Amino acid sequence: MSDEKPIEKMSFEEAIREFEQVVTALDRGDVALEESINLYKRGAALKAHCETKLKQAEEQVEQITLDAGGQPTGTTPAEGL
Amino acid sequence: MDDLIDDDSPGNAPEFTVSELSGAVKRTIEGSFAHVRVRGEIGRLSRPRSGHVYLDLKDDRSVLASVIWKGVASRLSHAPEEGMEVIATGRLTTFAGQSKYQLVIEDLRPAGAGALMAMLEKRRAALAAEGLFDESRKQKLPFLPDVIGVVTSPSGAVIRDILHRLRDRFPRHVLIWPVAVQGEKCAPEVARAIRGFNAMPEGGPIPRPDLLIVARGGGSLEDLWGFNDEAVVRAAADSRIPLISAVGHETDTTLIDFASDQRAPTPTAAAEIAVPVRMDLLNWLRTQEGYLSRGVTQALGLRRQRLGDLSRGLPRPDSLLDAPRQRLDRLVLQLGPALRHATQIRRRELDHLASNLNPALERAVSSKRLALGRASAGLSPARLASTLRSRRERLTSLAGRLDPSRLSARQSTARDRLDDLSRRFDRAARADLRTRRDKLSSLGRLLATLGYEATLQRGYAVIRGGDSVVTRLAQAEGQPALEIEFADGKLGVTPTSASPRPKASKSPKKDPPPDQGSLF
Repeated sequence: MSDEKPIEKMSFEEAIREFEQVVTALDRGDVALEESINLYKRGAALKAHCETKLKQAEEQVEQITLDAGGQPTGTTPAEGL
Repeated sequence: MDDLIDDDSPGNAPEFTVSELSGAVKRTIEGSFAHVRVRGEIGRLSRPRSGHVYLDLKDDRSVLASVIWKGVASRLSHAPEEGMEVIATGRLTTFAGQSKYQLVIEDLRPAGAGALMAMLEKRRAALAAEGLFDESRKQKLPFLPDVIGVVTSPSGAVIRDILHRLRDRFPRHVLIWPVAVQGEKCAPEVARAIRGFNAMPEGGPIPRPDLLIVARGGGSLEDLWGFNDEAVVRAAADSRIPLISAVGHETDTTLIDFASDQRAPTPTAAAEIAVPVRMDLLNWLRTQEGYLSRGVTQALGLRRQRLGDLSRGLPRPDSLLDAPRQRLDRLVLQLGPALRHATQIRRRELDHLASNLNPALERAVSSKRLALGRASAGLSPARLASTLRSRRERLTSLAGRLDPSRLSARQSTARDRLDDLSRRFDRAARADLRTRRDKLSSLGRLLATLGYEATLQRGYAVIRGGDSVVTRLAQAEGQPALEIEFADGKLGVTPTSASPRPKASKSPKKDPPPDQGSLF
């Protein structure tokens, strides 16, 4: 379990993978009590992170602007798509 | 000369210079063939640095030299290849300096689908041989990309389809890199877009996508041809960002599909592959949250139950002492027997040791005997003899020193001395005996004169009171009875009175007065 990585820096995939492991471990019921409480806390934090990521799902569509040589110069909001 | 002049005499035919004729030919040819379409197979082909392309178009009997000027060559949708069956469009032109003519190609197209497919297959095989399509090169798509880069036309239906499906499933941040999706510009722009997205730094002004979609709607084989371009295929294969290709319809296959990490049959399908469904995830998350709570609740419940079970199993404090107490009792009971047992063991040991004693002694004796045997083995007659000899020699030397005459001389001296001493002893003893005898008799005489018995003979008497001699009247008065000793015997008397006597009566015979008194 990658306890070292701060949850807020995790990608959704990393967070959800660990969350799954936490749930599996807890559900198996063979972890020490202390550990199970820590697991629960971590699981709750991971779940919150996942949920935040899910709720953050805002559409944002931009178009790359290119210079004459075809190199990107920036972005411009893409409207009406 | 005349003949020559005659022969050379001008007729109706006008006379041209070479250049005039060449010019005339040029005008004729270029006028007549200013726009032709010609079908043929590409033969010898060269691409000098100038950028122009020189090639031969040929059929089974003839060859037509052809050129594609640089500007045209760069716009061609299909780069010419040797052996390719093509339809070239262009004009004929002459090259007067070498008396040659050639076709200046303004457009070049493969001659039909069969030709294109053949070429495509050939290219596919070559790129596959390079390993560009290997499974090991395929990257795993991210489960949920944050930023999706889409390489497509910004104005087509394709991007709408993609955005629409993304919106339904999981709205994301989408970056559109606009490209031409057909024509000559298509391949270079698509290749540049793929490489451009990959060149974006992490955390740069434009967010670097974590997934790319290269998409185009359906079209003819030739419309899609740009996605078969080697540059596009290489860019897709080199992409460090996982790439989904979605070009044409499900039945269309372009080479980029082989190089991409995943092929989607349609742009819409690409969007479905790109992101999971958010609602599904939220539901899943809630289910998992339930498991999480249940898991921890169960963990607590199980432990609570276990604690209860164990608590019930915990014995009363005083009952804890029962077992040790019982053990103590048992041990106390065992103490006496154990002592006896220990004594027996010791006795047995003693017996055992005692029984071992004799053998031990025998062993000791035998070992001593062995030692004796070894020692006696060392006793040799020769050594004995030598010892004996040395002793004898010593004896002889001592005996030699023994002188009988010296011994007898000493003996006679001692005898003389003994005789002399004996004689002196006899003499001394005899003289001494005589002297002592004389002295004894004189002392005896002296004793006789000095003894009071002799005085008794001469008329004196001794008076005793009790055990002591009474010499004073006062003494006698205190006595109940007195005893008078005469020369020939003793007489007991009882004093009656006392009268002091004048001093005249004092004499050695002081005792007689009482005697006399009684006589009176």
